Amino acid sequence: MEKLPPAESAVVQRIASDLKERPGPLLEVLHAIQAALGYVPAGAVPIVAEVLNLSRAEVHGVVSFYHYFRHSRPGAHTVSVCQAESCQSMGAEALTAHARRRLGIDLHQTSADGRFSLEPVYCLGNCACSPAVMIDGRLYGRVTPERFDALVAERAPSP
Amino acid sequence: MTALVYVPIDAGALSLGAGEVALAIAAEAARRRAAVKVVRNGSRGAYWLEPLVEVLTPRGRLAYGPVTAADVAGLFDADFLNGGSHALSLGPTEEIAWLKGQQRLTFERVGIIEPTSVADYVKHGGYQGLTRALSMEPAAIVQAITTSGLRGRGGAAFPTGIKWKTVLDQPAGQQKYVTCNADEGDSGTFSDRMLMEGDPLTLIEGMTIAGIAVGATQGYIYLRAEYPHALRALRTAIAAAHQARYLGSDVAGSGKGFDLEVRLGAGAYICGEETSMLESLEGRRGEVRVRPPLPAIKGLFGQPTIVNNVVTLASVPWILQHGADAYANFGMGKSRGTLPIQLAGNIRRGGLVERAFGLTLRELLYDYGGGSATSKPIRAVQVGGPLGAYIPASQFDTAVDYEALAGIGAMLGHGGIVVFDDSVDMARMARYAMEFCAIESCGKCTPCRIGSTRGVEVIDRILEGIDGERNVRLLEELCETMVQGSLCGLGGMAPFPVQSALKHFREDFRGPVK
Ligand SMILES: Cc1cc2nc3c(=O)[nH]c(=O)nc-3n(C[C@H](O)[C@H](O)[C@H](O)COP(=O)(O)O)c2cc1C
Ligand code: SF4
Ligand code: FES
Repeated sequence: MEKLPPAESAVVQRIASDLKERPGPLLEVLHAIQAALGYVPAGAVPIVAEVLNLSRAEVHGVVSFYHYFRHSRPGAHTVSVCQAESCQSMGAEALTAHARRRLGIDLHQTSADGRFSLEPVYCLGNCACSPAVMIDGRLYGRVTPERFDALVAERAPSP
Repeated sequence: MTALVYVPIDAGALSLGAGEVALAIAAEAARRRAAVKVVRNGSRGAYWLEPLVEVLTPRGRLAYGPVTAADVAGLFDADFLNGGSHALSLGPTEEIAWLKGQQRLTFERVGIIEPTSVADYVKHGGYQGLTRALSMEPAAIVQAITTSGLRGRGGAAFPTGIKWKTVLDQPAGQQKYVTCNADEGDSGTFSDRMLMEGDPLTLIEGMTIAGIAVGATQGYIYLRAEYPHALRALRTAIAAAHQARYLGSDVAGSGKGFDLEVRLGAGAYICGEETSMLESLEGRRGEVRVRPPLPAIKGLFGQPTIVNNVVTLASVPWILQHGADAYANFGMGKSRGTLPIQLAGNIRRGGLVERAFGLTLRELLYDYGGGSATSKPIRAVQVGGPLGAYIPASQFDTAVDYEALAGIGAMLGHGGIVVFDDSVDMARMARYAMEFCAIESCGKCTPCRIGSTRGVEVIDRILEGIDGERNVRLLEELCETMVQGSLCGLGGMAPFPVQSALKHFREDFRGPVK
């Protein structure tokens, strides 16, 4: 298992200690770790287990159950393209294919330059404005391939 | 005089550029030295007109839409601050036919008020339901909910009053909880989101009333992680309600305590199932619990717990304020009151339509929806989320009513309607239903976990033209096994879209023409 650098290890330790008295704290701890580090590193599991007095297997079991928790460092921008029925009815499949070509990566992957991660998502609650995309927590509706390119270009490093 | 301009802060409106429009209006006002106050309201729900900008005038609120940032200078030129006419003028908002025909009870304030302002909330009738409830015996509050006929809006349509009575009847003196299911995972639904962003205090008031009714002092809102805008609105509104002493140890001076906290989900559809949600709230894997015991008896942390959907709880203040009979006067048969229906997918005029139960799918799809967005014939609609049946055009005269939809083998669920035009391939939609079940299965039972993966493989073989007849029969048997042998609704209902596709759109289940 990768060992966490001391700075990150300290962050995880502090988050877990701060939240451990709350009722049923594990999910909150994992959310806070991901908010701070961008993902939940495998090296965080033993620290969290020890502070919360759980087994490593339990903590690992929770991390792996939830799609939202990432196991590796994400790109600078996370692009989530909705795959659910409403967006399919408005061309989500073609938009996803376009996104993969434009970013040069598949779903669940991060580009080699570390700029973008591409993720599937199952409904963003924007189904009256399908197809929908979320980038770093910002929501976009009625996304055409042209609009997608513009949204990506805004976030690409200036040449 | 300062002009009041409303620009929604609703995530859907923002997704179409409402944020840029609000900035452009403020900048243009500054440039022209016009006194303008921009209020960020919720959405009226007419997403086909978003971003919808309103201006308060002596003639009431006048609407313009859909507005882009590039239109803003032109709106100023047309003197929209005084209701001047412009190509985007829609007239008085309340007179827009799409909105005027609605019966907004639960959503009466959404799009109208400033979402997190307690003062604005109270000015528009907020907290009258709680005031009423505080003057009643707990059992009378529960009775009012029973009399109203309110049934759970999360999908299962269980009578809310009966659930509350079970929690009330558990011995006092122990910790009880009110939990709100804000996981809203169904594709085609967004009413929970709109309400939490546009009028969060109504949900907070509804949960407070529930707590007073059953003797619970702590509430949790389990919110899906995909809703960051709703999270901000809820946290701000909870803080504001605390500040105004509508939450805390002495709710509205009653001496009774109620506190509220938001907890985030983590991208698991199954966590919308109530026992899985409780596991998740306790910080564990969202594995479905075997019932009994019911959550009302042994729920969160083993204590008596109400689990209700956002819209269910948000309907409670109206019922207390106006009376159970007033609510029960709306609707048909055993479906009383109103339902915020969500028109989604390939539809020209999509959005939120709150109406009494009883109108037909056809009225929704054509009178409100205006047909498909692509102007092609509507071939199928999926009602009730990813576990709901596909309904063919020949059944569009079915009423929006729990029993009427069950009567044609469909379900109303959380009230989402996803529209598909005639380019849809129903075998592919059936495949997706199985695939979704495989991705989201909690893994506890075999028919769901393994059956869904097998389902995908069998449909793939059908699509490849391998042994068509035999594989269709195999698929039908597989569906039957999942329906019979699954512990919860995910495995138990994921076959519904598949079976309905097989029944109504059999012609799509043929391999490539050789
Ligand atoms: C797979 C599955 C997913 C569900 N998802 C949700 C959901 O996202 N939101 C919700 O309110 N209810 C959902 N439900 C229904 C809940 O189990 C439960 O019936 C509901 O929260 C009770 O509240 P209500 O009586 O107010 O509807 C789901 C059920 C199943 C089987
Ligand atoms: S049917 Fe599926 S989701 Fe439901 S309990 Fe069984 S395995 Fe879990
Ligand atoms: S299905 Fe894509 S936003 Fe709901």
